[in-house]
Amino acid sequence: MAKYLAKRIFYLILTLFIVITVTFFLMKLLPGTPLTNQAKLSQSQIALIYKQYGLDKPEWQQYLLYLAGAVKGDFGTSFQFSDQPVSYLLSSRIGPSLQIGLQAMVVGVVLGILVGAIGAMRQNTWVDTTTTVVSILGISIPSFVLAVLLQYYLGLKAQLFPIAEWGGFIYTVLPTLALGATPLAESARFVRTEMVDVLSSDYIELAKAKGLSRMGVIYHHALRNSLIPLITIVGPLAVNIMTGSMVVENIFSIPGIGEQFVKSVLTNDYPTIMGLTIIYSFMLCVVLLFTDILYGIVDPRIRLTGKAN
Amino acid sequence: MDNENNILEVRNLQVNFKTYAGDVKAIRNVSFDLRKGETLAIVGESGSGKSVTTRTIMGLNASNADIVSGSIMYKGQDLLKKSEQEMEGIRGQDIAEIFQDPMTSLDPTMKIGRQIAEPLMVHKGMKKDKAWAQALEMMKLVGITDAESRINDYPHQFSGGMRQRIVIAIALINYPEVLIADEPTTALDVTIQAQILNLMKELQDKISTSIIFITHDLGVVAGMADRVAVMYAGKIVEYGTVDEIFYNPKHPYTWGLLSSMPTLDSSGDELPSIPGTPPDLLDPPTGDAFAARNAYALKIDTEQEPPFFKVSDTHYAATWLLHPDAPQVTPPAQIVERQKKYAKMQQALAQAQQTTGPVEEEEEQQ
Repeated sequence: MAKYLAKRIFYLILTLFIVITVTFFLMKLLPGTPLTNQAKLSQSQIALIYKQYGLDKPEWQQYLLYLAGAVKGDFGTSFQFSDQPVSYLLSSRIGPSLQIGLQAMVVGVVLGILVGAIGAMRQNTWVDTTTTVVSILGISIPSFVLAVLLQYYLGLKAQLFPIAEWGGFIYTVLPTLALGATPLAESARFVRTEMVDVLSSDYIELAKAKGLSRMGVIYHHALRNSLIPLITIVGPLAVNIMTGSMVVENIFSIPGIGEQFVKSVLTNDYPTIMGLTIIYSFMLCVVLLFTDILYGIVDPRIRLTGKAN
Repeated sequence: MDNENNILEVRNLQVNFKTYAGDVKAIRNVSFDLRKGETLAIVGESGSGKSVTTRTIMGLNASNADIVSGSIMYKGQDLLKKSEQEMEGIRGQDIAEIFQDPMTSLDPTMKIGRQIAEPLMVHKGMKKDKAWAQALEMMKLVGITDAESRINDYPHQFSGGMRQRIVIAIALINYPEVLIADEPTTALDVTIQAQILNLMKELQDKISTSIIFITHDLGVVAGMADRVAVMYAGKIVEYGTVDEIFYNPKHPYTWGLLSSMPTLDSSGDELPSIPGTPPDLLDPPTGDAFAARNAYALKIDTEQEPPFFKVSDTHYAATWLLHPDAPQVTPPAQIVERQKKYAKMQQALAQAQQTTGPVEEEEEQQ
C-alpha cells in the first residue's frame, strides 16, 4: 500500500508539472493584457509595470522563474489585488468553495443512491418513471439555470433562503442544491441501472433463498454491489462540481475560488490563474486517488494488497 | 398429507407466466411427493418446467408468474397460501436451495464466512461470533481445507468446485428438511462433479435431509436418486424408482432420453437424439405434448391427453401405449437391452432371496 501510494504521489507531482507547463503557455495566448486602463497609459509606464511584474522577460524565462518559485511554495503576487500573495488570496477563499463543493457532492451522491435504489426496487412502476424523469432533468438542466430558478422561487418568492451572499449555513443551501443536482441525477441513473442488474443476479436469488427479507437483501447484498460502478463517476462528478462552482459562486456572490477564477481570467491576472489551476488539478488528482483507494475498499476483487491464497 | 412418509406433496400445480404474447403455461398440472430422506430426481430438457417447479416451492418465482391452481403441502401446511413473510421464515430454514452456477451465486463483495453464517443470523437470531463458529464447522464438513483462514476470503479467491461447496454449506447450515438442488453440478467439470455429488450423498446421510435433484443429466441421476420423475413440456410424463426408469421405461420420451445417453455399451457411429423441439407452451398442443416428436405416437395422442397408467406400485407413465387396447410396440433396441438386463437382475434377485434370504435393497442397487 505504501509503495502504491508513493507511486501515485509521484504521478500526482508529474501531472501537476505538466498542467503548470501547459496552462502557463496557453494562458499567455489569452487576448488582452493584465492592465485595466491600458489606453490611458504611456508606453514607458506600461514598460515600467511590466518590468515590475517580470513580464518584460521572454516567456520561457518567466516560465522557469515561475516554476522555481512554485517549488519553493511562492506562487507570485496577484495583479488584481496589489500586494496580495496568491497563496494568501486563495487560502482565504478556498473555505467556502470546499464547503459548498463537499456539501453538494455528499447531498447529491447520497440522495442519488437513494433515488436510484428506490427506482430499481420499483422497476417499471410510476415511481421508477418519476425518478428517471428527475434524473434526466437533473442531468440536462445546467447548474447556473437551476441556480437562478432556485433564487427566484425559494429565495425571492418563498423567502426561505437568502438569495446571495455568504454568512453561515443558511447561505449555503441554495448553492448546494444548484451544484448537487448533477451528482444527484448522475448517481441516481448509475445506481438504478446497476441495481436492476444486480437484483436479477444469482447471488440475490441465493440471498432470497436464505430467507432474507426484501430490505435485508437490498441492504446486505444489492446496495454494495450496485455502488461499485458509482465510484467510477465520482471523479468526473467532482470535476463537474468544480467547474459548475465557478459560475454558481458568481451567481450567489460567494467569495470562493470559483468566483476568483472567473475574475482572474477576465483580468489576465496570470499568477492567480496559475495558482487556481494548480489547486483545481491538485483537488482532482486527490479525488481520483481517493476513488481508486475506495474501489479497493468496496470491491475485494481489486483490492490493492491482496494476500496470496 | 396423504402419506406421513411424505415431507412435501405437490398437487395439481399449474403455473403460467404472463407475457406480452400471452400466458406461457410453464407448469401444467404437476403432482409429486417427496418422501422423508429420499432423493427425488426431476429430469427433463431445458424449458420442461423443472426449475419453475422448484422456484414455486421456494416462493421465488418471477413477478409475472401466476399460480393458477394446486397446492404444495409441507408439514400439513400449504406453502402456496403462505404470506411472503412466512415464506421468508421457511426459506433457508426448512427448505433450502443449491443453485446451478457457483461462479455467480455468491455475493462477490462479502466474506464467505458471513455468507455461510447469514442464514443462522437471519433465522436463529444468532450473534456474529457464534454464527461464524458454526459456519466454520460447516466449512469443514463440506470439505474446505484450511477453513480457519479461508473463512475471511472472498468468493473470487475460490475455485468453482470450492465455491459450490460453499453454496452447499450455505444451504445446509440450518439443517433444512428439504434441499432443492437445481442442477448443482452442471457448471462444473466432470471430476469436480463427482466430488460434489459424493459430498451431497454423504451430507444427506449426516443431516438426513430430503433432496429434490433437478438435472438434465441422466448419468448423474443414476448415481444420486432413489426415485425419478421425467418432465416434458410442463408435465410429469413418467415416474418410478431409479431402476424402473432406467431399466424398464414405458414412456417414449423416457426412451428417447435414455437412448440419447451414451453408455459403455454404446456402439455405432451415431448417438440417437430426439428429433424436433419441445412445443411452444404459449399454446400447448392438445393431447400428448410429445406426440409431434414421437415415432410411436398413436392417433389418440393428438386428440386426448393420456392419463397415468400404473406399471407397478411405484411406477406410473402417462402414455396411451400402456392402454390395454393399444397396439404392441417394440421400443428402441437400446431400451430392449435395458429391459433384458433388468429382467436378469430381477431374476438374480429372486434367486438370491430364495437361497440366502432377503437382500438389502440398497446393496442390490449398486
